This record gives sequence, C-alpha cells and structure tokens, in this order.
Amino acid sequence: MKRKQTLSSLFLTVIGLFLALVFFSPILILLSNSFKSLKDIYLDVLALPNADTFIASNYPDAFEKLEFVKSFANSLVITVCSTVLILIFCSMAAWVLVRYKTRTSSVIFMLFASATLIPFQCVMLPLVRLMDKMHMMNRQGLILMYLGFGASLSIILFHGFIKNVPVELEDAARIDGCNMVQTFFLIVLPMLKTIMVTVAILNVMWIWNDFLLPQLMINKPGWQTLPLKTFLFFGQFSKKWDLATAGLIMCMLPIILFYIICQKHIVKGVTEGAVKG
Amino acid sequence: MKKSKLGFWGFVLPSFAMFTLVVLIPAVWGVVYSFTDWNGISKEVRFVGFRNYIQIFTQDGDFLHAFLFTAVFSILAVACVNLVGFLLALLVTSKAKGTTLMRGAFFMPNLIGGILLGFTWQFIFVQAFGAIYNTTGLGFFRNWLSDTKTSFFGLLILVIWQLAGYMMLIYIAQIQNIPDDILEAAEIDGANYLQRLFYVILPLVAPAFTIGLFLSLTTCFKLYDQNLALTNGGPFNSTEMLALNIYNTAFKYNHYGEAQAKAVVFLVIVSVIGLTQLSISKKKEVEM
Repeated sequence: MKRKQTLSSLFLTVIGLFLALVFFSPILILLSNSFKSLKDIYLDVLALPNADTFIASNYPDAFEKLEFVKSFANSLVITVCSTVLILIFCSMAAWVLVRYKTRTSSVIFMLFASATLIPFQCVMLPLVRLMDKMHMMNRQGLILMYLGFGASLSIILFHGFIKNVPVELEDAARIDGCNMVQTFFLIVLPMLKTIMVTVAILNVMWIWNDFLLPQLMINKPGWQTLPLKTFLFFGQFSKKWDLATAGLIMCMLPIILFYIICQKHIVKGVTEGAVKG
Repeated sequence: MKKSKLGFWGFVLPSFAMFTLVVLIPAVWGVVYSFTDWNGISKEVRFVGFRNYIQIFTQDGDFLHAFLFTAVFSILAVACVNLVGFLLALLVTSKAKGTTLMRGAFFMPNLIGGILLGFTWQFIFVQAFGAIYNTTGLGFFRNWLSDTKTSFFGLLILVIWQLAGYMMLIYIAQIQNIPDDILEAAEIDGANYLQRLFYVILPLVAPAFTIGLFLSLTTCFKLYDQNLALTNGGPFNSTEMLALNIYNTAFKYNHYGEAQAKAVVFLVIVSVIGLTQLSISKKKEVEM
C-alpha cells in the first residue's frame, strides 16, 4: 500500500513537471532565440544558441527601439497613480455605501455592480469623443479614466468586506469627537488592509497589461505605455524576430518579477477577485 | 449615528463622478448613436431608426461571421479551459512533489498581457512550428496561422494556455475547502479514486464551476488583444472576433453608427449570457 502510494506520487510528479515544462516552453523558446542573430533564427528556431551563434546585442537594440525607459516609466506612473486613486476613492465610496442605508445609496451601488456587465466596446466610441472634447486624451486623463473603469469591481470588493466590519468602533470614535474624515482615515482604513492588497493587485495587473484604452487615448510619441509601444514596435519590425524576441522578453520581465516577489498576495487576490467579483 | 448628506456625497462623488463620465454617459450615448448615421467625422448626425441594426444582420457578412466564430470559439474554449484548469487543480492538490513550482508555471501566462502573448505565440506557430516541419516533415506543423483551421486552433491553444491557470486557482481554492473527513469517510467505505472524484469532489466543487464557466465565457467573448496580436483576424477575416470586428467597423471603415449597433448587440449578449448562466448554475450547486 505504502509502495503503491509513493509510486503514484512519483508518477504524478513526473507528469506535473513535464506539463510545467510545456507551459514554460513558449517563453523558453523565445528566450533562447533572443540571443541569436536573425540569420540563425531563420536557420533553426529550435537550436539553442552556442558559442558561435550567441549574441547579446538584440537587447540593447530592442531597449533603444522600444524607448524602454520612457515606456516603462509611463506604464509605471499610470499604473501606480491609478491604483492609488482607486484604493482611496473606492474604499471611501464603498464605506458610505455600506453605512448609509438610504435609497440613493442602494441605487448607486446597483449602478456600480451592474456596470460590470457592460463590455468596453459598448462605451468606447462615445468615450473617445467625450474625452477628446474634454482634453483628457493624455496621461493624466488616462489615470482618471482608470479610476472610473476600476470603480465597479473595486467597490464591490470593498463593499463585501466592509459589510463584515463591526460598526461599534466607528460609533465610539464619533462619540470621542472624530468627524467623518477622521473616522474613516484613522479607524476604518487601517482595518481594510487585507482587502486593500487584493484590490491593489487586481488593478495593478489589469492596468499594467491594458492595451485598448491607451491605444484609443494616447496618440503622442513619448506618452505610450509598454503594451502600446510593444504593439507599435511590432508593426515596425514584424519580420525582425531578433529584435522582437528580445523586446518581448524585456516587456515580460517586470510582471514576472512582480509575480515572483508577491506570489502569495497575487494568488490570493486573483482568487478572491474571481470568487467575489 | 448622525449622518450628513454632504458627507455621503463627499465620499461617493470622486469615484462616482469618474464612473459616470467614462461608463454611464458613454453607455447611454452609445445606445443613442446606434440609431444614427454617425461616421465619426461629419458634424451632422441624423437619426435613421433601426437601419443600422437591419444592416448589420442582413448586409454585413463579416459581422455574422464574427458573431458565429465568437460563439463557437467561446463554447469550445470554455470547455477546454475549465477541463484543463480543473485537471491541473487536481494535479497540484495531489500528493505530487514540487506542486508550488507547477502552480507558478501554470498560472504565469495569465499575468502577461494579451498583446505580448499574441506575439509570443505568433513566433511559436510561425517560426518554431515551421522549423519543426522543416526538420521532421510532419504535415501537422505546416503553415500554422495561414489557413482558417490552424488559425482557429492557434487562438484556442493560446487561450487555453492563458486561462487554464486562472481557472486552476479557482478550483484549487474550492478543492482545499472540502473537509478531509468527508474524503476519508468515502475512502474507508471503499470508494476508489474515480468514485471519490465523481461522487464527492465534483458535487462539492460545483459552486466553483459556476464562477469558472461564467468568468471564462465572458473573457472569451470579449477577447481582443490576443486576437489582434496573434492573427489580426486573418487569414481573410476568418478569425475576426466580435470585439475586433466592432473596432474595425468604427476605425477602419468609419461606420460609427453600425459599430455602435454591433456594440449594443454585444452588450445584450454578454448580459444575457452572464445572467442566465449565473441563475442556471446557482440552482445546481450543492450546499456545503
């Protein structure tokens, strides 16, 4: 019996590791080719770079053509600012939506909740027109738009969490003379830490990878985010796989590093977002 | 507790104002525009009644094709993604060693943006498969993405690769929720692995299937980035999905009114699918 168990465990381990390799293989193939010249890529994609064929020059080339520093900074600033705004304003909104049991309050929550069904394509054309008129087709505008688009899911998640936070502490704070702003920021906010991490992770992943909204809103060189720049870069160098493979690897690195560093939080956040969203 | 109206609005307004500006107002305008001949350029916009809707369902072969393609693709993709995701979840919750590494590998594609994934797979299908064909001569690896069938399967493989790990996480959470004593009781009663799987694990994981099916279906239906980067709808528009078709109708052909009519149809489908599936599978759940 014991022997049978170790055997089945060994069998499952082998299958699992093989599948893990299969899942990794596209990225490994990409990585190996990013160290080869275009000629060697076309010669044999599957050959690993060896002493004769190994080159590292694709990386500085792609780095320059992608304007990596600029695109990366744009993506980073937009993602971080949008997420911070979402965390502050959506937790504030969710808190009063839970604590005020009025008709207005429930109508507003219903609006937020039902809007998760609206596909982006449905609002995209009027949105471009409206944002153009309001002179918001720039990086600052984009940050504000992400607040609007991120609000639904974030408020649903905060709402669900705050419902289970006891109200007594807040009442006590108020009796002690705290006003609403103090009550929220000094008493309520510190209790929302775990849900804050979940909401932050979900928004960071979505905004960092988002392509369509920047594609519609950003038309100035120098303002592009990393996904948008990658797309344009590909349009320019679609047959130059030496540059393209290196560029793709470079663009993947930040999010993979982020995953390795915060794996636990990401897994928890993504699962919670899916289950409660 | 004293509650001021001013306080309420002060707290709700920042997010509600932006939400109204980018979601509610454009959504309402979107419905209005779908009844006009708006082309995105001219200042004069006239109401044309249901003309756009009639047009897209009777004259627009590309739209009907995209519609059908999206439906068939989504159904197949949802089945594959959830099946693979569930099997992976069983695998990494089993007695195998190194499951942390496996989880990481299976989930990682989900973190990478659709544009990057699309280009990565374009490289695999066109260059790597081409190289395999050249060395082995196996016809299976020939000319991927240049005919309609392999393009369909290419997109399918990409989506399975991206979403299976996501579904796996959802199923892992549910499988780990199953109390050990139930499984042990079944084992003592003589149930073999398959019996435990079908009579104990599956019914108890059912609530997660609701979520998994719902999430993957809406994700597949709204697919855009991957579609654009992998095939851009080609060859000959054969893999153009609804979202890409709407984008092209507006920005390639300047038929904004028609694009908006398509978007409204899209909205109706997504909402109906979401709501019905939710209510159907809710009834089938087992209370834990």
